[in-house]
Amino acid sequence: MNTLISIEGVSRRFGDVTALDSVSLDIRQGEFFALLGPSGCGKTTLLRILAGFEEPDAGSVRLDGADLLAVPAHRRPVNLMFQSYALFPHMSVEKNVAYGLEREKLPRQEIRRRVSEVLETVGLAAHARRRPHQLSGGQRQRVALARAIVKRPRLLLLDEPLSALDKKVRAEMQLELKRLQHDVGITFVVVTHDQEEAMSLADRIAVMQGGRVEQIDAPVALYDRPRTPFVADFIGANNLFAGTVSGGGLEVSGLGVLPAPTAGLPEGAQALLAVRPERVRLGQGTLTGTVVDVSFYGGVSHVALSVPGHGGHVLVATQGPARVETGTEIELGWDAADGVVIAADDAAVENGAPV
Amino acid sequence: MARREPALRGNGWLRLPFWLTYLFLYAPIAVLVVMSFNRNKTPYSWGGFSLDWYGRLAENSSLRTGLVNTLIVALGSTALSTVLGTLLAVGLARHTRSRVLDALSTLPAILPDLVLAIGLLVFYSAIKMTLGLHSVLVAHTVFGMAFVTAVVRARLGHADTSLEEASQDLGATPYTTFIKVTLPTLAPGIVAGALLAFTLSLDEFVIAFFTHAPSQPTLPIVIYSMVRFGVTPEINALATLLLAVSFTVVIVAQRLTKLTEAL
Ligand SMILES: Nc1ncnc2c1ncn2[C@@H]1O[C@H](COP(=O)(O)OP(=O)(O)O)[C@@H](O)[C@H]1O
Ligand SMILES: [Mg+2]
Repeated sequence: MNTLISIEGVSRRFGDVTALDSVSLDIRQGEFFALLGPSGCGKTTLLRILAGFEEPDAGSVRLDGADLLAVPAHRRPVNLMFQSYALFPHMSVEKNVAYGLEREKLPRQEIRRRVSEVLETVGLAAHARRRPHQLSGGQRQRVALARAIVKRPRLLLLDEPLSALDKKVRAEMQLELKRLQHDVGITFVVVTHDQEEAMSLADRIAVMQGGRVEQIDAPVALYDRPRTPFVADFIGANNLFAGTVSGGGLEVSGLGVLPAPTAGLPEGAQALLAVRPERVRLGQGTLTGTVVDVSFYGGVSHVALSVPGHGGHVLVATQGPARVETGTEIELGWDAADGVVIAADDAAVENGAPV
Repeated sequence: MARREPALRGNGWLRLPFWLTYLFLYAPIAVLVVMSFNRNKTPYSWGGFSLDWYGRLAENSSLRTGLVNTLIVALGSTALSTVLGTLLAVGLARHTRSRVLDALSTLPAILPDLVLAIGLLVFYSAIKMTLGLHSVLVAHTVFGMAFVTAVVRARLGHADTSLEEASQDLGATPYTTFIKVTLPTLAPGIVAGALLAFTLSLDEFVIAFFTHAPSQPTLPIVIYSMVRFGVTPEINALATLLLAVSFTVVIVAQRLTKLTEAL
């Protein structure tokens, strides 16, 4: 796939807050890209730079190889769906949607056709004459989406598009967004702080923290091969152990040498071991713990164990009902190949998880 | 049966201060209106209903000139201060962060009229401007603009800048954005500011007194020169008419702001 947008070394400071710290990433033509990170990590700032409402202090942004930063916001082939939707309250739904096409000075006939087409697509044809304040949250969100896609931009930016919706509508809209992106074939960049949302929607995800990009990968790769401690902790549940490489495993103070894929790491190097709960086996292994909590979720059960010498609980996920009881002592362990080792310098070293 | 609100129940005597306050507020106005229809010339006895004083009013040519002058000044200064005040408010809200400039923009609305009046008079003579209706019009624009700026600025304060960004995002130039998005969202504030400037100019005395030319008095000045020799029922009739005008303006203002908000 061709690169559509190429962001290089983009930084932006507000006073002493560094919102973006030398961010570099490429977005490919036609993909569904997600920016994921906790609140305040700079996601909105990056979107606003792409849309043209914010200028970076340093770095470059190119669209199809041409400098995008030199183009004023109203001439960019980029549309932003605002976190607040920003629908014009004094215009009806169809006027809101037609607004962008009227600015392109298209013939009336064509404007009317495209507006009714897009309202059909988002299922709001019956509400064309309503004012935004007469619509529900989900309907407003769809008007905002329609207003942005009717322009057929090269790139559509969506800032937390689903955060204002309740859980049920949200799941529905996630499916709808994905279907829509597939149908219209526009490159989407969606911002979210909800990792499940990013994982289920996106082709690729950039995980951000404190203005920096931590890792860019497909959802499965992000889950299986986190490359920084932050990603290992942020994406899904993980059991994390910090220690030093020693004798083919990781020596963790208080726990001894744990099985870990340390090949390629020098003896004595500092590293972090991450083991997914579903990779931990109960009944035999290097560690011994006491069961403190068992919860049954139908298909899977979650078991929390306290292991002497380890700060938090060790989480274990098992298929079906767990055959252990609270208070029992039990051995636990994992194959070295099932852990992921992250060297202290944040570089990926080795991973044992199957792809 | 519908229950009455508890606040309205209870001892009638407790409500006395409430009604006295209203009497205090509105009795003078009621007396004035009633007396304007009194056939007798003295306010001490009722001589029967008559519209005579309204007829006399129509024949009084100095009052007529005063009224025309006042309308010219009020309409002219309202138009000017609405346009300038709106632009100033938008400029302040969107293009500066200076609190001082913000405060200075609305200062003429708080300044004592006397200070503004003397200041303008000194300024006019410094630039050797002749006095006339235009000098009163400019003077009224100064404080009218301050009121319009204050009202529009307040509305801009909680208006959402993302609407303007959305407009640009959809391909509108800054100019189109101003016309199609900023102005319509500000309309209720602009209408309210304009009506405020108009009603304030209509009966403004101190500043007009200092800045008018003797040959071109405004209505309040004409009235003042008439009442120096005692209040005549003619003046009552005039005041009643002015009352009717300001009521109408207030009601229209309320209707209009509701209308524009619904838009
Ligand atoms: N206009 C601004 N002025 C000052 N600080 C800002 C501004 N915009 C963003 N910031 C700061 O930059 C950081 C990143 O903000 P933002 O991009 O909105 O984060 P996110 O969208 O990931 O929650 C935050 O600390 C925020 O307070
Ligand atoms: Mg944000």
